[in-house]
Amino acid sequence: MSAVTTSRPRSSAPRSDSPRSRAIREPLVSRTSAMLVMAVFTVYFLLPLWWLLVASSKSTGDILTTNPLWFADMRLFSNIGDLFAYRDGIFLRWLGNSLLYAGLGGAVATLLAAMAGYALAKYRFPGRELIFDVVLGGVLVPATALALPLFLIFSQVQLTNTFWAVFLPSLVSPFGVYLARIFAASSVPDELLEASRLDGAGEIRTFFTVSLRLMSPALVTMFLFQFVAIWNNFFLPLIMLRSEELFPVVFGLYGWNNQLNQIPELRGLVLIGALLSVIPLIVIFLLLQRFWRNGLGTGALK
Amino acid sequence: MKHKLFTATAGVALSALLLAGCAGGGSSSGDGAAAAADCAPSDGPVTLEFTSWIPGIEKVVDMWNTENPDIQVKVQTGPNGNNGTYQNFFNQIAAGNAPDLGQIEYDALPNFLVQDGVENIAGCSDVVNAKDQFVGWAWNQVALGGDGGVYGIPQDIGPMGLFYRSDLFEKNNIPVPTTWDEYTEAAKKIRALGGYITNFSQSDINQFAGFVWQAGGQWFGNDADGWTVSLTDPASKKVADYWQSLIDQDLVSTYPAWTDEWNNAYNSSQVWTWNSAVWGANSISSGAPDTAGNWSVADLPQWKAGDAVSGNWGGSSIAVLKGSKHPYEATKFALWLNTSTEALTALNEEANIYPATTEGLKLPSLAKGVDFYGGQKIYDVFAKAATEVTPDFVWGPTMTKTYADVSDGFKAAVSGSGTLADALQKGQDATISALESQSIPVKK
Repeated sequence: MSAVTTSRPRSSAPRSDSPRSRAIREPLVSRTSAMLVMAVFTVYFLLPLWWLLVASSKSTGDILTTNPLWFADMRLFSNIGDLFAYRDGIFLRWLGNSLLYAGLGGAVATLLAAMAGYALAKYRFPGRELIFDVVLGGVLVPATALALPLFLIFSQVQLTNTFWAVFLPSLVSPFGVYLARIFAASSVPDELLEASRLDGAGEIRTFFTVSLRLMSPALVTMFLFQFVAIWNNFFLPLIMLRSEELFPVVFGLYGWNNQLNQIPELRGLVLIGALLSVIPLIVIFLLLQRFWRNGLGTGALK
Repeated sequence: MKHKLFTATAGVALSALLLAGCAGGGSSSGDGAAAAADCAPSDGPVTLEFTSWIPGIEKVVDMWNTENPDIQVKVQTGPNGNNGTYQNFFNQIAAGNAPDLGQIEYDALPNFLVQDGVENIAGCSDVVNAKDQFVGWAWNQVALGGDGGVYGIPQDIGPMGLFYRSDLFEKNNIPVPTTWDEYTEAAKKIRALGGYITNFSQSDINQFAGFVWQAGGQWFGNDADGWTVSLTDPASKKVADYWQSLIDQDLVSTYPAWTDEWNNAYNSSQVWTWNSAVWGANSISSGAPDTAGNWSVADLPQWKAGDAVSGNWGGSSIAVLKGSKHPYEATKFALWLNTSTEALTALNEEANIYPATTEGLKLPSLAKGVDFYGGQKIYDVFAKAATEVTPDFVWGPTMTKTYADVSDGFKAAVSGSGTLADALQKGQDATISALESQSIPVKK
């Protein structure tokens, strides 16, 4: 940690004055207009959330007939109760699935990407740049384009419609590898690795006890990226999964939303379900926000 | 009969002579359907996979599972067909791991047929015997290809009727239209009162197809020589011109269907009628809750006074997907699901499925008055309509594309450029080139 904080200002200071000192010199007018633009965007982004919260607190009949931006009768908690009771609590199962896919998948993906990125940054071996270029190429290929080939491959080993069908592809994060390499190169000093080797630590022990800690801000960023990517991944579950008990929450809600024409009562459940399913994302963002910004900035600067 | 004989004998070791005799008997059961699946029972217990997006269907399947320990059915789910499940079926069929049974709407079934995605189950004697239990035209929706093949078991149908605001018609002394001419007259009176008689949907091409179906149009035809495409036949033209004139005179609203503004138009009594299928009953009650008790259902307006012809909008079948190892058990389950009173009752109560069998139309749960419709026994109207649907409407193999093309044209027509008839012509041309690009033979 300390190595990171001390090394960064030194490298960035000579280039230009920091953003903060420049902001102070801005005249009042441009500062106000900047704030105004930001305020508009804040409202723009928060309005759907507000609508979701309001709509979630209404009975199904009121959703379409009352003011969409203000509460009618407060039924938020009974709606939540209905949601958890519907079809023996399948929604909770979906929520749990999502947490498992995104939480565990994100953690393992982060570790794998960190190891790969670290190896690419710190070891010299033939083909290193080629491997890195291939990984970089992977960043450019959208996950959606890979879903169908993955389905056909998983079909051959009979893993479709299993937990692994969504979990295994989630462990791959080319962008994480890229980020890890950049970050490892800048934040893990070679001298430190030399020292730990001299002290008799093996490469693996060095990685886990020294390097991983130095890379932790980047790890949090990578984890957040991957968590959000897996949480929102829609196409892969759509193609891979058929058993309802394996669905992640996003896909499950999509299925319900699809049935609105036949079962209009589901509208309320879809709304409250959507509200509950964004809460884990909000929580994880608030908790890890600090690191996220830190890591993002690092990736951008170097 | 023949397949029972086949297993009874084949199960036991017999002389080569007898075996040969049996095999001959087995193959002759495929008369009239050369490609029919060999419909022999499997040995021992069987587990079937069944993919459907009908909510609550697993409860109905549980009833079957308790009664049939040797044929267990596992329900799998996904989004509505066109929203992903059909594509999944095709992927799974290509990968060889498709479920044994799949929900397929009538308008999508020909696509599966031309892409070789569904088994011909005409070789199963139970299937052929069950034919008479179904509403005749519904059976025609699964008996495709003109060679005696059967590619699914009908599950539900969507006979159409006229939902109308009985309170408003009565209060303003407007007679409920029984013909499309009277419908225009009523539309003018309603427009003078500030309302619209109905909403013309730019996106529900299947509703429009329902009108064409009623008018006796034939969008597609299929026999051994290939497909005919006739989106612009005289009946379709007549329907298109009729609605075009209503649009031109501003007698119908043109909200996008299934949106909030569409719901509001009905809920606020701005729009007075909806020509829809039997399942539309629930769409109104949920979309326009403030109008409860004020709706009634009548027969669809007729083209000729005194006729009794209806159209169909929607409906689906249960098909045995290509590659299933247990077509015999699969069809047995599909027949139970769609013909037995217990299953049809449960499907109706769980998911508002409107049965496709003649007996099913008389279910006790469909004989009750419905409060939202002022206590009217609305399902009696639809049961009658179900027997009046023109019997031989055929869907094409590229309906998703056809719908999209026609819908584009309808949207343009509604906003004033082009006409509905132009849209059909464009749909006609685009459909033919879509078929040709898939090497599906088209007769011109």
